[in-house]
Amino acid sequence: MPGLFDRMFGRAPKTGSGSKAKERLQFILIHDRINLPPERLEAMKAEILQVISKYVSVDSNNVDIALQNRERTPAIVADIPFNKMIEHDDPDEDDPKPPKSPQKDAEKKPE
Amino acid sequence: MGANGGAAAKPQPPRKSATGAKVITVTSGKGGVGKTTTTANIGVALARLDQRVVLIDADLGLRNLDIIMGLENRIVYDLVDVVEGRCKLRQAMIKHKQLPELYLIPAAQTRDKTAVSPADMIKMADQMRPEFDFILIDCPAGIERGFRNAVAPADEVLIVTNPEVSAVRDADRIIGLLEAEGKKTPHLILNRVKTEMIRKGEMLSPEDVTDILAIKLIGIVPEDENVVSSSNSGMPLAFLDGSRAGTAYRNIARRLMGENVPFMQLDDNSGFLKRIQRLFGGQTG
Ligand SMILES: Nc1ncnc2c1ncn2[C@@H]1O[C@H](COP(=O)(O)OP(=O)(O)O)[C@@H](O)[C@H]1O
Ligand SMILES: [Mg+2]
Repeated sequence: MPGLFDRMFGRAPKTGSGSKAKERLQFILIHDRINLPPERLEAMKAEILQVISKYVSVDSNNVDIALQNRERTPAIVADIPFNKMIEHDDPDEDDPKPPKSPQKDAEKKPE
Repeated sequence: MGANGGAAAKPQPPRKSATGAKVITVTSGKGGVGKTTTTANIGVALARLDQRVVLIDADLGLRNLDIIMGLENRIVYDLVDVVEGRCKLRQAMIKHKQLPELYLIPAAQTRDKTAVSPADMIKMADQMRPEFDFILIDCPAGIERGFRNAVAPADEVLIVTNPEVSAVRDADRIIGLLEAEGKKTPHLILNRVKTEMIRKGEMLSPEDVTDILAIKLIGIVPEDENVVSSSNSGMPLAFLDGSRAGTAYRNIARRLMGENVPFMQLDDNSGFLKRIQRLFGGQTG
């Protein structure tokens, strides 16, 4: 939602040092509020991933664990996608076939 | 009268307050953001609105509320003298000449900061509550003993900050400490706002700051060079009509009295919309 002041002052979109100040503050305060410096947070993230990886295969390229402020209450929000289950090594089984509809079947060229 | 009127009878029979004074502490964490200026101006503004007001300078060792108020030559006793029993509370209260319902209890300039405890502050405030409408406490910078003393008797806390990263960070710390102590959620005064810089995107806006701190604003005070000249002459701006910062302080005083005061225009061309009100506490609807 665009800020009131943005609309009132016709403020240039998020380029000045004001928005930089806001971003920096948000980062600083999130760590101040939980009293956890960035390095400790990284260690915690790694440990969370380790635990989950013991049970399932994690898609580590798409993990997103971040701190959030809800009003003044900090929370940790984790989005940890799993890898798709691979049952056996048959490559055909890896990409599922598109769902069939009668129409599509009709259009399909015979091979 | 006032400071050295200890032997004389009380000047006039004290009016009893129906509900007792509201004790308001002005704090910030960071130094130099405008606590003392704010305390002085809100005090003057409330007194001009016929409120009976006591200002307490709780910045032991670094007193300057007396200077801003132009009362430095009339100090006989101070806060520590009261606490240590060298004088009666009334004897340390300096009465303002132009506003006879406005008093100042100055800080000690030289004494040990541990001379006063939170319990002493609560006792002193309770003693004054029946005879006043507002007791305003000017808090020292920091989060140490002086801060604890100043917030101990507070019914309400006003946090002063500037639209700058370090000042807002310190404000957040103070809000967290007050939360942990179970104090009522404080209100925010954003001081030294420069409209032109906000317009250019070069300064945190009031909305940015309230987004981040998640507390309600009770005032936005513009940067105003009249603040300096009024400090020079010991006459807080709120004495005069016309200056922008003085008007902002007087609006805060009216909001503290429960009045629904719309936001003044910080800028002649654009001005504030009514919707700005949602940034404010319930009393402004
Ligand atoms: N709105 C304002 N516009 C211009 N100068 C200001 C404003 N508010 C405060 N100042 C100046 O900032 C300095 C610090 O203010 P002060 O009230 O002493 O801060 P604090 O009590 O928080 O240390 C003073 O020189 C004062 O004149
Ligand atoms: Mg001060």
